Amino acid sequence: MAELLQYLFAGLTSGAIYALAGLGFAIIYNASHVINFAQGEFIMIGGMTTATLAAAGVPVPLAALAAMAVTMLVGVALEKFAIEPARDSDVVTIIIITIGASIFLRGAAQVVWDKEFHALAPFSGETPIRVLGATLMPQSLWVVGVAMAMIAGLWWFFNRTLFGKAMLATSFNRLAAQLMGIGVKKVLLVSFALSAALGAVGGIVVTPIAFTNYEAGIMLGLKGFSAAVLGGLGNGMGAVVGGLIVGIAEALGAGYVSSAYKDAIAFVIILVVLFFMPNGLFGKKGVDRV
Amino acid sequence: MLLEIDDLASHYGRIQALDGISLNVQEGELVALVGANGAGKTTLLRALSGVQPVSGGRIRFEGVDITRLSPERRVALGIAQVPEGRQVFAPLSVEDNLRLGAYRRQGADVAADMDRMYQLFPVLFKKRELPAGTLSGGQQQMLAIARALMSAPRLLLLDEPSMGLAPLLVEEIFRVVAGLRDQGVTIFLVEQNAHAALALADRAYVMETGQVVMEGAGVELQADERVKAAYLGL
Repeated sequence: MAELLQYLFAGLTSGAIYALAGLGFAIIYNASHVINFAQGEFIMIGGMTTATLAAAGVPVPLAALAAMAVTMLVGVALEKFAIEPARDSDVVTIIIITIGASIFLRGAAQVVWDKEFHALAPFSGETPIRVLGATLMPQSLWVVGVAMAMIAGLWWFFNRTLFGKAMLATSFNRLAAQLMGIGVKKVLLVSFALSAALGAVGGIVVTPIAFTNYEAGIMLGLKGFSAAVLGGLGNGMGAVVGGLIVGIAEALGAGYVSSAYKDAIAFVIILVVLFFMPNGLFGKKGVDRV
Repeated sequence: MLLEIDDLASHYGRIQALDGISLNVQEGELVALVGANGAGKTTLLRALSGVQPVSGGRIRFEGVDITRLSPERRVALGIAQVPEGRQVFAPLSVEDNLRLGAYRRQGADVAADMDRMYQLFPVLFKKRELPAGTLSGGQQQMLAIARALMSAPRLLLLDEPSMGLAPLLVEEIFRVVAGLRDQGVTIFLVEQNAHAALALADRAYVMETGQVVMEGAGVELQADERVKAAYLGL
């Protein structure tokens, strides 16, 4: 029992990070039908920037804010200089551009930083909390709490603000959105800024647990992509649930089967689900009467 | 002159969809554009809204050249379009659809206008919290019209509002269009249902393969032998 609880804690923690990454994929996908494979690099840049600034003596909250700003800037620059000039190209072409961008960002990170692992001290110490025989690190609470706050904030943005609704409307019907006077260029730019911010936040809270280096974004990005696909691409709630499923599945797999198969187990589950539900768990088509 | 189109051309790849279109719409007029499927009517409306690239000619709105303006600037100037096939934001609520119609406007007028739309279309008020995709075809058409009116347009572009609707609903939609005209809304109406459109219009243009081939008063064209033969099935 304590063992199961222990694995669930671990799974929820990584699942929360995957959920944030998955939401990043979903937001950009909704705005442009592009899958942004540089999403993992947003996570890496957020973590690396915070770790570096904190090591240089900058207070962690300030370092985190600066890291978010830097990552959002990278996201906006990516959209402006790599995606926007190719906006008349095929979606597949643009997706390949994002793969190129992710390789470029990893290379740039090697130049700006190095190939070493960077660490960040946990935000609230390292005294484990005992829960029913299992131990819970305070940083895990940070991860889950921050992820929940981000999800709530996104929900508010997309359901309660006019610009959020305009972004949703653009994803449902681009032509009609243009005819309403919604600037689809601005929607695309904001979607990259938002996704970068989500990635950065994930990177910031996970670094005290997992360390980070220039390659840290590859696996996190892939897991986030899996989360988004599992939940149904473009569905926000789907991305969150998908992230938690991927996180918990790999934690259970690592605990009960073998940690060597940790990543494989997550991907196998996704393959099985997609085999029977090609649109993902929540990827049903909306009600549409003609 | 509210809208002046001068020698407008547009292409889909190498296919010429608009071939030197010239026409105009005056303030307060209801002008109809009729023609067969594929004549380029929808392409013309899309070019007017700025969502279809133009390869030649000019569009002037209130004397200002808007040929190269972005779609959002044109909406801000007062050009609203009810697109072909209604194109409501299906998963969003009726009310959100209306609110997004007023995306380029701010302030208290928006709430007052929304109330006006609910008076004009009481069924939308009853269903205001439901996803727009759950409405019937006729209700979606009303929503699409109301959504366009929410931008407080100077010129309303209507693309095939009767398409795919039952005869009774078609009548209702045309009643709504006539009502809007009587309230002084300037309307440019594209229709395949030439009979109803010509009966309603002050003036009309007939389009064939990307060109305007005839123009005149609505009743005049209705009586024209060539129009009768080609479009009215008489």
